[in-house]
Amino acid sequence: MTEVADRTERYVADFAAFARNGASGAPEWLRQLREGAIARFTELGFPTMKQEEWRFTSVAPIADQRFTLAHAPHSPLPAPSDIEGLCVGAGPRVVFVDGRHAPTLSTPVDLAGGVRAGSLAAALGTDAGGELARAHLARHARWRESAFAALNTAFLADGAFVHVPADVTLDRPLEVVFLSTGRAVSDGPIVSHPRSLIVVERGARAAVVETYAGLSDGVYWTNAVTEVVVGEGAWAELYRVQQEGPHSFQVATTHSRQERDSYLGVHVVTLGAALSRHDINAELDGPGAELILNGLYLLSGAQHADHHTVIDHAQPHCASHEFFNGVLAERAHGVFTGRIIVRPGAQRTDSKQTNNNLLLSTDARADSQPQLEIYADDVKCTHGSTVGPIDQMQLYYLRSRGLSAEAARSILTYGFGAEILDRMRHPDVRDRLDRLVRARLA
Amino acid sequence: MTGRGKRETGKVLLEVRDLHASVEGREILRGVDLTVRAGEVHAIMGPNGSGKSTLAQVLAGHPAYTVTAGQVLYQGNDLLAMAPEARAREGVFLAFQYPVSIRGITNAYFLRSAVNAIRKHRGEEELGPVEFMDALEAKLKVIGWDSSYLTRPVNEGFSGGEKKRNEILQLAVLDPKLAILDETDSGLDIDALKTVARTVDKLRRPDNATVLVTHYYRILTHIEPDVVHVLAGGRIVKSGGKELALELEEKGYDWLREEAVVA
Repeated sequence: MTEVADRTERYVADFAAFARNGASGAPEWLRQLREGAIARFTELGFPTMKQEEWRFTSVAPIADQRFTLAHAPHSPLPAPSDIEGLCVGAGPRVVFVDGRHAPTLSTPVDLAGGVRAGSLAAALGTDAGGELARAHLARHARWRESAFAALNTAFLADGAFVHVPADVTLDRPLEVVFLSTGRAVSDGPIVSHPRSLIVVERGARAAVVETYAGLSDGVYWTNAVTEVVVGEGAWAELYRVQQEGPHSFQVATTHSRQERDSYLGVHVVTLGAALSRHDINAELDGPGAELILNGLYLLSGAQHADHHTVIDHAQPHCASHEFFNGVLAERAHGVFTGRIIVRPGAQRTDSKQTNNNLLLSTDARADSQPQLEIYADDVKCTHGSTVGPIDQMQLYYLRSRGLSAEAARSILTYGFGAEILDRMRHPDVRDRLDRLVRARLA
Repeated sequence: MTGRGKRETGKVLLEVRDLHASVEGREILRGVDLTVRAGEVHAIMGPNGSGKSTLAQVLAGHPAYTVTAGQVLYQGNDLLAMAPEARAREGVFLAFQYPVSIRGITNAYFLRSAVNAIRKHRGEEELGPVEFMDALEAKLKVIGWDSSYLTRPVNEGFSGGEKKRNEILQLAVLDPKLAILDETDSGLDIDALKTVARTVDKLRRPDNATVLVTHYYRILTHIEPDVVHVLAGGRIVKSGGKELALELEEKGYDWLREEAVVA
């Protein structure tokens, strides 16, 4: 017990310093939120594998390490050329370095139509931004149930702030880039807690690309939370690319809440980090809402990635289609949990979930757990999952057409990724992800 | 339909001698002998379970079948020593009875990869996507398809008939020397059957050959075979001209089975 307490005590001490210095100018509501969150983190402690939701993932490598809170961006800042390769195009972008906004690497904050795309820290300092943040921040992500989300909320300081006003269409995808330098400070490796809020108001349309990337092979930890609010009849897409450094850790929550007749597409590609856990919680909170959730994880070496998705059908006539594929090489371990809740009264729910895992070596491992909780009777819910090596008949079929065994294996492996990429609608984003996936599998 | 019956004049493409093969320890082929010459169409008929598909798959190199005895020479070389891809590159093509679907890979990409693997083997330049699509247009027309089938994943969500047509499209694109059609006619409606027959007929040349493995007489009214064989109990028990197929259509297979047992 003492050891467990020690692990959280460090963060409590860091929080006290943070509250005195970096966060002292915050409004009262935010101060209270942070205080409540650190208290909740202390109560919850780091999860253990004895907990059902963590049974396949040990966070001991994170809990046992002494991470120091990242403050102002280290100098020198990364070069613009470091960012070019991580972006889809030359559209608007907001860049963060070790969790803090880097204005010189970003494009201007105010876009046409009153769209705001910038730093949460800056928005909190304005009347309009402060109001919006207060209305949404930490009201969606369930930090009272998650130690990591609580810790992020306690140290909540900066991240992306995106606001698309009602009936406005963002014509190009907005790119949000979280760079980690991987540079340790004197006290050891650093942790950053990026906190993002994306609000797409009634009838608006927007696509956001979130990229988390490491610039070195140093040890660091990214503990991120993104809250997404999609208003009535709005259309939003969130692409999320995780290409953290090879010795890094990432724990993240993406929590979305959709209102009536809205559409949200969440597309996740996980390539990086030694150990990562991504909780995707999607609330369908208005009749007629539609959610598309696509995910692809490509892991090798000793990488471990855990995707934990919860789709909450709280209202009738909603649809959710979830497709996750994993390709696991060498000693990699992929975990997928797909929980679907259909609340009483959520009639005419149409929900489909698929998780397929390709094991490229006998040491690779995949755990796939569908969890359906259905409390309504007039619903259509299907799920399926597979774990296995390359199909021998597919291999033979391709070889019988003249392809070498090696080329055939490579095509079949790529096909596993392409099946997910093909579900992504934005051609430029898909092309960039396709290049990433090809490079990864080469 | 014309049978180009210049038999005995073409070079021997395929020679199967006393072939024995088994799957999961069960012997299916029990001494098959078969000689196919360039320019010929052979039909291999026989009841269910007689070993027709096994013969087709052994010739293509299916990994689940073990050859326990016998020999297969293709253009004078030991076919059984060749990997499946080497056989394909040398011009052997099997139209699968149950074509396999492949997620995430478009038909166009699959076809181009196959064509380029074979072109590369022949020392020819590989085709880019645009050149390939141009070359493909004409072949698509032959089988009555539009290009929408090219952007769909290989056989994924295809109906049985569409899968068979896709095999024939591959046949047309890859233009093999020895085409083996494993029950390509099964489960096809009359229009699809005619399309298959027309395509196969168009591809007939003095320097290539076709082996039609079939359970039914029907396709042979559209593609006239030079030789008809009856496979029963893992051996070819009777060979003859196209009239043998008609005889089988009228009398069934039982009389041959009895003959085989007596023999």
